[in-house]
Amino acid sequence: MKVLTLIEAVTDALRLEMASDRSVVVFGEDVGVEGGVFRATSGLQKDFGAERCFDTPVSESGIVGAAVGMAVAGLKPVVEIQFSGFAFPAFNQIVSHVARIRNRTRGALTAPMVIRMPYGGGIRAPEHHSESVEAFFGHVPGLKVVIPSTPHDAKGLLIAAIRDPDPVIYLEPSRAYRAVRQEVPEEPYTIDIGTARVEAQGEDLTLVSYGAQMIEARQARAVLAAEGRSVELIDLRTIFPFDARTVVESVRKTGRLLVVHEGPQSFGVAAELMATVMEQAFDRLEAPPARLAGPDVIYPMPRGEKHYLIGAESVCAEARKVMSYEP
Amino acid sequence: MIEEYDPREGRMLSLLDEEGELARLPAGMPRLTDEQALAAYKTMVLARQADEWALNLNRQGRMPTYALNKGQEANSIGALLALRPDDWFVPAFRELGGMLTRGISLAQWYLYWYGNESANHMPRDTFRTMPISVPVGSQPLHAVGIAWAERYQGTDRVAIAFTGEGGTSEGEFHEACNLAGVWKAGVIFFVQNNWWSISLPWSRQSASATAAEKGFAYGFPGIRVDGNDLFAVYAATALAAERARSGKGPTLIEGLTYRLGAHTTSDDPTKYRTEAEVKAWEPRDPLLRLERYLVKAKKLAPEEIGRLREQSLACAQGAFEEAERAPDPGLEDTFRWHFVEMPDLLARQLERRKA
Repeated sequence: MKVLTLIEAVTDALRLEMASDRSVVVFGEDVGVEGGVFRATSGLQKDFGAERCFDTPVSESGIVGAAVGMAVAGLKPVVEIQFSGFAFPAFNQIVSHVARIRNRTRGALTAPMVIRMPYGGGIRAPEHHSESVEAFFGHVPGLKVVIPSTPHDAKGLLIAAIRDPDPVIYLEPSRAYRAVRQEVPEEPYTIDIGTARVEAQGEDLTLVSYGAQMIEARQARAVLAAEGRSVELIDLRTIFPFDARTVVESVRKTGRLLVVHEGPQSFGVAAELMATVMEQAFDRLEAPPARLAGPDVIYPMPRGEKHYLIGAESVCAEARKVMSYEP
Repeated sequence: MIEEYDPREGRMLSLLDEEGELARLPAGMPRLTDEQALAAYKTMVLARQADEWALNLNRQGRMPTYALNKGQEANSIGALLALRPDDWFVPAFRELGGMLTRGISLAQWYLYWYGNESANHMPRDTFRTMPISVPVGSQPLHAVGIAWAERYQGTDRVAIAFTGEGGTSEGEFHEACNLAGVWKAGVIFFVQNNWWSISLPWSRQSASATAAEKGFAYGFPGIRVDGNDLFAVYAATALAAERARSGKGPTLIEGLTYRLGAHTTSDDPTKYRTEAEVKAWEPRDPLLRLERYLVKAKKLAPEEIGRLREQSLACAQGAFEEAERAPDPGLEDTFRWHFVEMPDLLARQLERRKA
C-alpha cells in the first residue's frame, strides 16, 4: 500500500497500464516533456519514451480524431484534454465517431480509448477552466462517463477505463486532485464501471453526489451525524451507465433522496436520478426527491466563484429540509 | 517526382487525354498495365450503371437518398489500384469505385444507402476499410491516427483518406493535415475536387487556387491531377504511397473532376448551375476516355461495350434485390451494438420497448 493523492493515483494507473500493455499510448498537450499541467503524466515520457507518451500541437479535435484512428488500428490511446472547457472543439469527433464507431460498424471496428480531462471549479482559474461537462457526455449514446472522488477509486476506475473495450470519458475533479490523500494498493486493480459506492450507511436520507462535491457531502454527513441524523452517503462514480440499482435500493430503505452536484441544474445528473427514483421507488418515498445543484449560470470568473460553489452548510440545510418534510 | 508537378506553378499531372491518347510517361512514373486498365474500366461501368439504377430506384421510391458518383469514378478507382489490399481506406461517401476495387460488393454498398448499418461491417479480408463518414471533413483525422498506429506496430501500411473540396474548409481537415505533417504520418489525403459542394462552387469554397497547394502550408507536397484520368490518378497515388510507406510523410492529392450528377437524389442542380456547364464536362468523362484508350489498345472490342453495360445493369439490379432482401435490423440490433456488454439501463429500456 502507498498513500497517494488523486492525481498521483491517476499517474500510477497510467504507469502500470503502460508497463503491462504496449498498445497503451498517452498523448495530449503538454503531457510529455512537462508531464501535464497538473502533472498527471509526470515521469511517463522519461520512463517509457517519447513514442509512448508525447506532446501534440494545440488541436483537441485532432487529438481525439487521431485517437479514433489509432484505436481502430489496434492501439489503446489514453488522451488528455487539458481542461474540460477545451473539450468542445473535440465534440464532433467524440459524438460523431468515438461514441458511434462500434454501433455504426456493428462491432467490426471499435474505439477502445480513454479521454481524460480535469473538470469542475473551485480552483480560481480563468474562464473556461472550471466547466462541468458530465451531462453533455452522459447524454451521448455510446459513451461511458466516469468520475472518481478518491485516490483509490481514481486508480481502479482509470485502469478499468483503459482496459474497457469501449470508449470512456474520464473526468477528474480538479479541486480534489491534491485535497484527498488515501492508502492505495500498489498493484493494479479495477473497479467496475457502472457501480456506485455506498461510502457510509444510513437510515434517514440517501445523499448522492460525485466528484469534488463529495468533499462537502462528506462534511455534511458528519455534521448531521453529530445531530443524530443517519445519512447514507453514495458516491455515484459513473455518470453513464449510472448505478440505478444502488441508488434505488438505498432510497427504498431511507425513503428520502437528496442529490448534490456542482454542474448546472437543468438537464443534469440530479434530474436523471430523481426521475429514476420516482419510477422505481415512488411507493417508498416519504418526501419528494430533492436536488441541490449548480445554478443555470455560466461558471463565474474567480472573484465570483464563491457565489457558485455549494458549501457543506448548504448541503446540511437542504438535507435537514428533506429529512423533516411532512406531507 | 511529385514535386515536379507544383500546383503553385499551375501544373497538373495529366497522362490520358479526352481522346484516349496516353502520353509517354516520364521514366519512373508508375503505370497501370492494360490489364489493370481494362479491369478498372469494367469497375467504372459497373459503378456508373449502379448509380443510374439507384437513381431509378430512388424515383420509384425504393431507394432512399443516394449520393451519385457519376463522373468521379476514376479518382477512387485509380487511387485504390495504387494501394495494397492491407492498406487502410478511409472514405468520405463518394468513392463507390474505390469500394468496388477493394472488393466490397455492390449489394453491400446499396445496403448502406438502403439504410442498414450492417452494410458498414466489412468482410474479414477487407476490414481495413472505414465506414462512410457523413460529417464532412472529419475522417482525415482517422487516417492520420491509423497511419501512426501502423508505424508504431512496425508495419509499412498506409492510409488514404478521401474528402471533397468542401471538406477542406472544415477545421478538422486543417487539424488532420497539421498533425500529419508534424508526425510525418504515412497518409495520403485525396481531395476529390468535383467543383461543387452541393450548391457552392470551388471558387467560393476557398480563396486558394487549388486544394493541392494547401499541403505545402503543412510541410508536405500537394499535387493536382486530372481526376478524370485514371492513369494520372494511379501514378500520383502510387508515388504518394511510396512516400508514405518509406517514411517521407504525407501527400495531398487533388483529383480535379466534375460532379456530373446531383449532389444526391434529393438535390436539384438546376437551381444553382447551368446545363451548359455540365455539357462542357461530359466529353471529359473518365469512362469515355478510358474506353477510347482500351479500344485503341485493342483490349476492348467496340461490340463489347454495350454488352458490358447491360451486364453491369443486370448486376446492379441483382445487387439491389439482394440488399432489399437483407433482413432489417431488429429491435435488439438498435440497442446491442453500443457497448460490448449492454448496461442495465439500456437493457431495461429494451425490455420496455419489447413490451
